Amino acid sequence: MLSIQALRTFYGHIEALKGVDIEVQAGEIVTMIGANGAGKSTLLMSMCGNPRARFGKVMFEGRDITQLPTFEIVRLGIAHAPEGRRIFPRMTVMENLQIGSTTAPSYFEEGLARVLRLFPRLDERRQQRAGTLSGGEQQMLAIGRALMSRPRLLLLDEPSLGLAPMVVKQIFQVIREINEAEGMTVFLVEQNAYHALRLAHRGYVLVNGRVTMSGSGAELLANREVRAAYLEGGH
Amino acid sequence: MEYFLQQLINGLTLGAIYGLIAIGYTMVYGIIGMINFAHGDVFMIGAFISIIAFALLSILGVASVPLAILLVLATTMVFTAAYGWAVERIAYRPLRGSFRLAPLISAIGMSIFLQNYVQLLQGARIKPLPPMITGGILLTEGDGFAVQINYTQMIIIAVTVTLMVAFTLLITRTALGRAQRACEQDRGMAALLGINVDRTISLTFVMGAALAAVAGLMFALYYGVVDFFIGFLAGLKAFTAAVLGGIGSLPGAMLGGILIGLIEAFWSGYFSVEYKDVAAFSVLVLVLIFRPTGLLGRPEVEKV
Repeated sequence: MLSIQALRTFYGHIEALKGVDIEVQAGEIVTMIGANGAGKSTLLMSMCGNPRARFGKVMFEGRDITQLPTFEIVRLGIAHAPEGRRIFPRMTVMENLQIGSTTAPSYFEEGLARVLRLFPRLDERRQQRAGTLSGGEQQMLAIGRALMSRPRLLLLDEPSLGLAPMVVKQIFQVIREINEAEGMTVFLVEQNAYHALRLAHRGYVLVNGRVTMSGSGAELLANREVRAAYLEGGH
Repeated sequence: MEYFLQQLINGLTLGAIYGLIAIGYTMVYGIIGMINFAHGDVFMIGAFISIIAFALLSILGVASVPLAILLVLATTMVFTAAYGWAVERIAYRPLRGSFRLAPLISAIGMSIFLQNYVQLLQGARIKPLPPMITGGILLTEGDGFAVQINYTQMIIIAVTVTLMVAFTLLITRTALGRAQRACEQDRGMAALLGINVDRTISLTFVMGAALAAVAGLMFALYYGVVDFFIGFLAGLKAFTAAVLGGIGSLPGAMLGGILIGLIEAFWSGYFSVEYKDVAAFSVLVLVLIFRPTGLLGRPEVEKV
């Protein structure tokens, strides 16, 4: 479904991604783990054309999307819940969800029902300004907003960041649910390697802009290097 | 008391015109964070287009005044909106993503260009518009002073109120309005949700210019004369109004416009006409000292 080939992205002269190859099959949850600054968020943003990759290719459902403008890429069926959630703080929860359905206006009612079922908390907060939500609620809103566009591929950037363990569990539960019940393909970037690898079918490890390891979630969880670098001491 | 009432009516009329222009400043500032210094000149273009349209209609023999005004309103809005669109497309969009001052300088250049363009095409002399609507309603009379609201003033206030209501609904209730507010808060995220940011910005300029066009028409009807330089002071006043109300805030622009109009009218009425601009700008200074974000501007206290 998604195929990234030798992708290289630069910030000025600094090479943030140094040739990354990723494959995501339809129906999979694939995770990318890595330390701060490894280039995880850059990878997700490069898929959406901001910043645009300088070399390499992003293929989505057989189509080369590397050079498309951002708003056209997401219209093809990719939704992105980015780093830092980036909900619109001065709009209500409802308005945030309405904007989420920009690319699929006819899906709004159905999408809303689905999002409110997945995150009942948002239902109570409908008319509240999104900037006043708690961190966990904002994350739910960010994912809910992404789902409103009826995507076939969901990109999630550190949904667990800064959230209480209970909330993290809840959010990962929802990710699993939309994958299993609806067959949603998910590409998840995480620092929280333990949870991410347990959830994902497959995983990649990103170090300094390069993929150093890949394998099934269980394999990576059992791998000694992965354990030493990302799992010991915490989680 | 009668005198006061009369100044109030005059001030509201003037304020309506300023408010309509101020919305263009505040919306553009909200969405791309720049002051569109050419906006006053877009208003001036609107005034000229309306005069040309009136002349054309009289050649075509449209005799009915209400019909003529409606036709001119529509034509002026469409053509001025095209100018607003072109200004953004030519002078600002290529500079997006460049340093912050670049579009500002480009805006000043655009302003000078538009003034000279009209001066070349239309000449530097003032252009009169024969009074089209005469008469008015006598409200009260006392102390030998008659309080009158003339029909032009009524039209100006009615059209402005209607447009502002329509506009508020557009911004708060429609998908386009939501897209604009989304671009205002986080352009990158708006694009990630499938919003065509460039198009949304273009439409913002188009909307601002259409409102300035209405202000231009009203100005021409009210004062009966226009020249290529009217955009400068009117633009400055409307910009002041936008800052006074809180730049970026739509109700703020309307409130600021009305306040500036009232200050000018009362100052001219009770003190001296010469210093009315000083009075308006002094109030701006005072407000900014005590409320740097303007009257309705929002201090940034969001939890993000």
